[in-house]
Amino acid sequence: MIRVQLPYHLRTLAKVEGEVEVEVEGVVTQRSILDALESKYPVLRGTIRNHGSVDRRPWLRFFACGQDLSHDPPGTVLPEAVANGTEPFIVLGAIAGG
Amino acid sequence: MSGVRVLIGTRKGAFIATSDEKREKWDISEPLFAGWEMYHLKGSPVDPDRIYASQSSGWFGQVIQRSDDGGKTWATPGSKPEDLVSPQGWPQGESNKFVYDGTPGTHQWYDGTQHPWEFKRVWHLEPSLSDPDTVYAGVEDAAMFKSTDAGKTWKELSGLRCHESGPKWQPGAGGMCLHTILIDPANHNRMFIAISAAGAFRTDDGGETWKPINRGLKSQFMPDPEAETGHCVHRIAFHPSKPDTLFMQKHWDVMRSDDAGDNWHEVSGNLPTDFGFPIDVHAHEPETIYVVPIKSDSEHFPIDGKLQVWRSRTGGNEWEALTKGLPQGNCYVNVLRDCMAVDTLDSCGVYFGTTGGQVFVSADSGDSWSAIAEHLPAVTSVEVQTLS
Repeated sequence: MIRVQLPYHLRTLAKVEGEVEVEVEGVVTQRSILDALESKYPVLRGTIRNHGSVDRRPWLRFFACGQDLSHDPPGTVLPEAVANGTEPFIVLGAIAGG
Repeated sequence: MSGVRVLIGTRKGAFIATSDEKREKWDISEPLFAGWEMYHLKGSPVDPDRIYASQSSGWFGQVIQRSDDGGKTWATPGSKPEDLVSPQGWPQGESNKFVYDGTPGTHQWYDGTQHPWEFKRVWHLEPSLSDPDTVYAGVEDAAMFKSTDAGKTWKELSGLRCHESGPKWQPGAGGMCLHTILIDPANHNRMFIAISAAGAFRTDDGGETWKPINRGLKSQFMPDPEAETGHCVHRIAFHPSKPDTLFMQKHWDVMRSDDAGDNWHEVSGNLPTDFGFPIDVHAHEPETIYVVPIKSDSEHFPIDGKLQVWRSRTGGNEWEALTKGLPQGNCYVNVLRDCMAVDTLDSCGVYFGTTGGQVFVSADSGDSWSAIAEHLPAVTSVEVQTLS
């Protein structure tokens, strides 16, 4: 079970509270986690990754295990702590506006 | 008993205000979609309980919301369990999928260079006049989309964006937005749209092909002030009984056309300034029109801090200031282009919202005004539904 932390507005959009959990079969990567997340909560399609290009939206960041993973290739294997649910995969809105 | 429902979009959520036909006492909802930019909400003229809303954010992009019960409950279209899996087994969730047809190409950027077309948000939603499941969306970067399944999926009417003038279109200060969609009540295949800063366009075949309709406009910021396209049209409006007579608030100049946009002439007349954003037409008097003069494109607030609606009962040229009940000092707000609306009660109501969070109503065609709300977030759109 993968733990995913979403920013407030995406939690309200998906009508969830706190962390969400998704199942990923096979290798755990940004792409496989987000595929699973969007499959479970289709309302999130297009809100984290752009439709079409599936690129990360520019004002969002991905963190896990104290590392900024935002610029890693989406197929990069994530740490075992994320794969086994010890650490969450964090989707974070970039700070803007001061 | 009849009444009105006012749909208010703001920078930080949406609000719904309701009143009876007196329009004196108002109930205002809690914030809907709190914290999100709500560029526009509009109800279907066929089914007033069907309301579409554009919800967006710089972080999370575009979301479309729909209510089927007059705004009591909302959902993203296509979010029922049976909608979520396609015949191929893939999840759907495509109500926010606004993807340009083909390779989008480029348009002119602020500095005159070419810039890729990039979808940013839906500025305006225009429900069909005959089918509650059909709705049009005007978007930034300028293009028009259509949904025939109540907002579950969208398809671009790419004949507009692919018009030969497209590479010459450029963004205004607010972005390159398609902000106005008017459907001719007598011929639903005829529609008028406006883009900042490309100008006005008309289709006579339901959106397949488009024609620029900007003859007579003059814009001094362009190398050729009378070019076929490139004008910063802020808003156009018509009376449903006279759809060939169009009124336009351009960046500067208030304009009028009596031949469905083929030719325009200026009707700014005695306005204290002809810069502004919204323009609208009285529900029962096709020659009575309203604008909100704004000091200039460098100072987006009323002259001398006095908030005034100006009314012409002669289709332009002769204007009168409407001030009773409006702040006449220290008021430095703007009124954005989608922030004026009229109801169709016997005594026509006129509504507008400001960037200072005020929403004003006049239940007597503009003679006097009162505030529905005074402390909302900056208002981005105002629409009104007349309920029987």
